[in-house]
Amino acid sequence: MADETLPTTHEKVEANAPFAIRTYSPAVLKEALRKMYLIRKFEEGAEDSYTRGLIHGTMHLCIGQEASSVGTCLPLEEDDKITSTHRGHGHCIAKGAEVAKMFAEFFGKESGYCRGRGGSMHIADPSKGNLGANGIVGGGIPIAVGAALTAKRLATGNVVVCLFGDGANNEGAFHESLNMAAIWKLPVVFVCENNQYGMSTSIHRSTAVKSIAVRAESYAMPGVSVDGNDVSAVSEAVHDAVERARRGEGPSLIESLTYRLRGHSKSDRNRYRDKEEIAEWQALDPIPRFAASLMEHGVLSETEVAELDTDTDREIAEAIELARAAPDPDVAELTRDVYTARRA
Amino acid sequence: MSEVASGARELSYAEAIREAMDIALGSDERVVLMGEDIGVYGGAFQVTGDLVHKYGEERVIDTPISELGGAGVAVGAAMTGLRPIFEFQFSDFATLAMEQIVNQAAKVRYMLGGALSVPVVMRFPAGSGTGAAAQHSQSIEAWLGHVPGLKVVQPSTPEDAKGLLLAALEDADPVMIFEHKVLYKMKGPVPEGHYTTPIGKAATRREGEDLTIVATSLMVHKAMSAAETLAEEGIDAEVIDLRTIRPMDRDTVLDSVRKTGRLVCVYEGVKTLGVGAEVSAMVAESDAFDFLDAPIVRLGGAECPIPYNPELEKAAVPQVPDILEASRAIAQGRV
Repeated sequence: MADETLPTTHEKVEANAPFAIRTYSPAVLKEALRKMYLIRKFEEGAEDSYTRGLIHGTMHLCIGQEASSVGTCLPLEEDDKITSTHRGHGHCIAKGAEVAKMFAEFFGKESGYCRGRGGSMHIADPSKGNLGANGIVGGGIPIAVGAALTAKRLATGNVVVCLFGDGANNEGAFHESLNMAAIWKLPVVFVCENNQYGMSTSIHRSTAVKSIAVRAESYAMPGVSVDGNDVSAVSEAVHDAVERARRGEGPSLIESLTYRLRGHSKSDRNRYRDKEEIAEWQALDPIPRFAASLMEHGVLSETEVAELDTDTDREIAEAIELARAAPDPDVAELTRDVYTARRA
Repeated sequence: MSEVASGARELSYAEAIREAMDIALGSDERVVLMGEDIGVYGGAFQVTGDLVHKYGEERVIDTPISELGGAGVAVGAAMTGLRPIFEFQFSDFATLAMEQIVNQAAKVRYMLGGALSVPVVMRFPAGSGTGAAAQHSQSIEAWLGHVPGLKVVQPSTPEDAKGLLLAALEDADPVMIFEHKVLYKMKGPVPEGHYTTPIGKAATRREGEDLTIVATSLMVHKAMSAAETLAEEGIDAEVIDLRTIRPMDRDTVLDSVRKTGRLVCVYEGVKTLGVGAEVSAMVAESDAFDFLDAPIVRLGGAECPIPYNPELEKAAVPQVPDILEASRAIAQGRV
């Protein structure tokens, strides 16, 4: 999303302004906030559609984690790759996916990203470098390392950002993958979105170390923990790691501390946490924080922020209608794409 | 056993596989080899041999002992433009990587609606007969044969070992190659240069009129040996080498059964729910069933892990006398 547009509204950026405000143009920053709204409203629209019976399967919402998605993708170029997770709608939108095609996939339509074959847990958008969400915790981590091996071998200059949750940090795939990325110095950035719970099990009960970032030390790579509800903090850490990867200096691990304000999935009854805890994190909602920061530093006016808010409402409503009207897949094509029809 | 002109040079099965990899590495920059101890060590069965000296460590990549991660790296590399050939040191170790094989490699194309393919090749040294006991001797090809999205081949000759590997590299989908460890040193004629053996096509190794023996991998050789003895006894056996178990060559098997009216299936994997069950069901569900003059016989691995003691180990998988006995019984109408 790097943009060469010259600053217009905040020509005199204070030296002590947050990283994102010092680094990205107003147009890019505005788009970042727009995407955060879009993710939030996408999730709310998905939840509402589920309630209305439009969605056949379950879903894993990332409400509260928007800064992590958007901050992670801010430093990336379009042809940089990401691997995502079952809680991946935010990653998908942040990397440039079209919400109408995402809803179409949710609704199981032929016009969806996976032609209705994958649903929420498998949305991918290779045209924007998104290699896909994953239904298996940690499943995307070695795949990201493989994509980074390709980038290095074919000298594409691309970087791969591997997103996963705190639950995945106890999977063998995590440890095997970080080790291989380090010994081969591959251009991959591991971003662990620590939203405090692997389904119902808190990070304190599941993980021996206090901070997931310290696990980087075992694999001889830099590891940092950042406020995952702060777009600027996330983008700064990812920016540094991406630059390091592009210089051929190898992988990094970033722990993005955040919180999912909704349950794990639609079956969650929130028995493992209390209302006070949720309220504390609600107060750290990344969207009003980023909006306030952009207003404080003169990037956007209150009116402009309000416009983004209402424009994204409209965009989501239109996307849902478009997706609802789209045709279902043809049952006669049940086994299409199990194998490639033509030779590669 | 081969259609190659006499006088063709002979290579071992392992040499033939190495030659295929050499050709691939030499002609396609996207090809990389990955696996445990495949570099200077040359591979546990010396299949990769000296390739690392010719192509370097960047393309003949020793992985840590990380089967899940290693297989996943190969999958991710295949999704993004490389053509990895991933060697499991023993097929048994693939159990550690089932997640990446079954959930990722096999399903990515389908669950993404065709947006990405996974052109990965995986090699699995398989089978018993080496005294390596239960965790280094299994035949798990039927496990993977049960997964839509994978293609599963079992070459039985050096010629096919080379041709199927080169075919796998031209295939856009994940191809799992089960190589029998006992065959690695077996020699046979191998054509020079690049050629492919079609995936999904069985080979009739011996034509016969009285009964059909459908076999895979090492069992093809045992079936051929049994067929020679049977011929001396006046029983004319047709031997079909399945070569690919997914997708299976239905036509070749059914045509043969329509001709002979008798079927013996011989495979090394555990008998129950194995390759022979699928071949038998394929016949039972088709018009070829009407041509059967005797019950179908399945000879598969015993219902136990592969044992260490050599006599027990032999008893755990079909042997030539088992094939002879089964063939005589159905040919003579004793069953």
